[in-house]
Amino acid sequence: MNNPNKKRLRRTMMFLNAQKPGLIKDPYIYKPDSIMLDLEDAVAQNQKDAARFSLYHALRELDYRGCERVVRINGLDTPYWREDIRCAVAGGCDAIRIPKTERAQDVKVVEEAVAAAEEEFHIPSGRTLIMAAIESARGVMRALDICESSERLFGIALSGGDYTKDLQTHITGTGLELMGARQNMIIAARAAGVQCFDTVYTDLDDMEGFKKDVETIHLMGFDGKSIINPRQISIVHEIFTPSQKDIIFAEKVVREIDTKKAQGIGVFTVDGKMIDIAFYDGAKRTIELAKASGVYKGDL
Amino acid sequence: MRNAVGREIPEEILRITGKEVFQGNDYREGYTYKKDGPMTTCVVKNTDNKLVDSIHDVLVKCGIKDGMTLSFHHHFREGDYVVNMVMEEVHRMGIKDITICASSLGKAHDPIVPYIEDGTITNIQSSGVRGKIGQAISEGKLKGLAIMRSHGGRVRAIESGETRIDIAFIGAPTCDDYGNCRGIGGKSDCGVLSYAMVDGDYGDKVVAITDCLVPFPNFPAHISMTKVDYVVVVDAIGDPKKIATGAAKPTTDMRKLMMADYCTKFVVNTPYFKDGFSYQTGVGGASIASTISLAKIMKERNIRMRFGVGGLTKPMCDLLINGQVDCLLDTQDFDLDAVESVKNLKHFRISAGEYADPFNKGAVVNKLDFVILAALEVDVNFNCNVVVGSDGVITGAQGGHPDTAAGAKCTIVIAPLLQGRIPAICTEVTTVTTPGESIDVVITDYGIAINPKRQDLIDCMKDVDLPFKTIEELRDIAYSIVGEPEKVQFDDQVVGIIEARDGTIMDVVRKIKPFAFRER
Amino acid sequence: MEIMKPAIAGTLESSDCQVTVEAGEGKVDLVLESVVMNQFGNQIRKVTLETLERLGVDNVKITIVDKGALDCTLKARIEGAVYRSQGQNDNLPWGGAIQ
Repeated sequence: MNNPNKKRLRRTMMFLNAQKPGLIKDPYIYKPDSIMLDLEDAVAQNQKDAARFSLYHALRELDYRGCERVVRINGLDTPYWREDIRCAVAGGCDAIRIPKTERAQDVKVVEEAVAAAEEEFHIPSGRTLIMAAIESARGVMRALDICESSERLFGIALSGGDYTKDLQTHITGTGLELMGARQNMIIAARAAGVQCFDTVYTDLDDMEGFKKDVETIHLMGFDGKSIINPRQISIVHEIFTPSQKDIIFAEKVVREIDTKKAQGIGVFTVDGKMIDIAFYDGAKRTIELAKASGVYKGDL
Repeated sequence: MRNAVGREIPEEILRITGKEVFQGNDYREGYTYKKDGPMTTCVVKNTDNKLVDSIHDVLVKCGIKDGMTLSFHHHFREGDYVVNMVMEEVHRMGIKDITICASSLGKAHDPIVPYIEDGTITNIQSSGVRGKIGQAISEGKLKGLAIMRSHGGRVRAIESGETRIDIAFIGAPTCDDYGNCRGIGGKSDCGVLSYAMVDGDYGDKVVAITDCLVPFPNFPAHISMTKVDYVVVVDAIGDPKKIATGAAKPTTDMRKLMMADYCTKFVVNTPYFKDGFSYQTGVGGASIASTISLAKIMKERNIRMRFGVGGLTKPMCDLLINGQVDCLLDTQDFDLDAVESVKNLKHFRISAGEYADPFNKGAVVNKLDFVILAALEVDVNFNCNVVVGSDGVITGAQGGHPDTAAGAKCTIVIAPLLQGRIPAICTEVTTVTTPGESIDVVITDYGIAINPKRQDLIDCMKDVDLPFKTIEELRDIAYSIVGEPEKVQFDDQVVGIIEARDGTIMDVVRKIKPFAFRER
Repeated sequence: MEIMKPAIAGTLESSDCQVTVEAGEGKVDLVLESVVMNQFGNQIRKVTLETLERLGVDNVKITIVDKGALDCTLKARIEGAVYRSQGQNDNLPWGGAIQ
């Protein structure tokens, strides 16, 4: 299975209640990289059924103009998740987000249901990706296992609210309480070669605090951030926009590696820095980010 | 007969009104006419007392009779008590066939609907109507034709004698016993009396109604004693809470902020954005947000505004406080900050005539560089509708929309592409209230369209990073999302006319009829 | 499909619609109230009848209070109400009767 979307750019993933027509009809105008249509926490118990119909038709009939459409299903400890998967896969979603992932087995169970749904609804096998949200101490400790559990899994995401409760603390705004989880998860994700996403920032009145939070996780190596309001999007995208210096360097690295590889040279220098093949993916990613941010006009 | 915006105006309507069809904004350039004047009753003796005990008594003194035209202003907005108070008494006296000539009417005036139904009121001339009066007119309950005219158009109609005011009622926040009126002070403080100034000048009888009598002289008077026949003191002329509200909190709605950003970016990339430019904006969330972001860029680039115009709100008054604008020209105050700002020496009151009358020797709107407006609908010919709602009912007001749009060098309309399921950009607007020739740019959340006749603006935006589209593209996007809307089903009967600034007919409004499904 | 018990789905929020289904009198009875009646009344009626037909519902009193819902929302609310009236929450015919 080689789904080209697995490594797509995901700087922002905007949470939307799948049950609210006013919210899900055109979130793409704010240009998030992904949207997450929620069947879980945002939807009241007695609206779980209605939310699926709303989700299904939105997936089928609305043109999200290139935004990735991720569906958050209900937890594996609820009676809803199997039908959630049938509905989301039949609707043609791009990915399923598993809440409260605790172990690799959780991902495998979902993978099985997704594969069965793809077959049932004649969706090309492997089209539907999976991401796992980690919301507990146990999940954090098993992050590497989870990251390596499935070919379909493109990444893991920290869910800070539940996680800090599990730690017997709370979101402080300083990031202190999230340090260990963030560090552990990004290391696990990188080790497994998947993406890693940070938790939401819920105080919409504190844009400065949000900005600091995003700067932190950007420096830590995260691929993106979960978003609860479109006002947060441009801030994230700005922080994830590479500098002109980085872009020029990345461009040189990509070109040099391409030519040097053809000549059989493994190690060389660019602008006085030692460069080898290990720089290639990073440089490519910088170019992709620059393109998405609209600051790259080159031809790579 | 088809007019310049492609609207078919029934011959019958032209015959009844004696009006011509709209023939383009500049049709009356250089037109000459003799202004009308009021029938004036002189006060020579020093014993005369203008104070009258009640609305009833003043109506008697003014010789109220069937068929008269009574005028009102709307500076008290949805807090106005004056219209209802006067019309209730007129109704009680059994007077019929009254024409109301108001600068605007709103939901506050719902109580006069029964007087429309029983023939007390048979004609309405207003900038627009909201609420139940609009519903009543659209249901064909008004005996005569409703006339919707812009703020400038109203002054034109009165000064040219087309509309003769028998009795003008001026709600005055403060007044002395000799009729000097001010918009400032008292409990119903509205800041200015701009719309009422022409009523004072041209009403045969002019009645000041106040709830705050002050000692003579109430100077400087906004409307002078020289024009006022009688003064009536009542308990309350308005509800202060609804006259001027606290300043609206800047919007946090990303859709509006996005449009505001587009707007600001557009404005600063035009050649008009330079030291000494002039600007008017509305009260919508996006307009206010764009004023705030524009102020920031003005500061960064060290650009000052020469003057700001209009119905004013806090962000415009902040420009004055922060020294970013030389002066404000005020016709109406929408929040308490604006009312307060009137006391500033560089905050000038202007009359509706100075502001917008096309039958002047030039109005302030002609000196505007930018105006930022809203619209219910804009069509692919850039014609705007700001009066008739998607249900076919009259539900809005022209206000200064057609005046400022015609006057400003760069007229920008901001509208979200979709209002629920109603596309704001459409093939043909339900009713034309502002002609497309006045509109230069339309900004939506899905993109920006420049009127093709403004090649100069298209050229200067060539390298600007904004989502430019054609107006047809915007319409097509809207229709691809919501489907192509069917036209509102109207009855044949014409219930109102949309008058162009110069008194010609822009469009007609027809009676609504119950919706009927197409046969299967 | 017979309407076993009255059921309701959707809300009166902008861009949504509220759909109520009850046992009919041998045919489809539609009561429609919409803020966009003039522009989309015919379209809403068409989508409603098509949706009911796909679901195999031909004996129903259906009441729709529409606040400017798109077709996709309208369909979702009709299906939501109909399946609620059946008490069916699992193994739904996605892509079949529901589309």
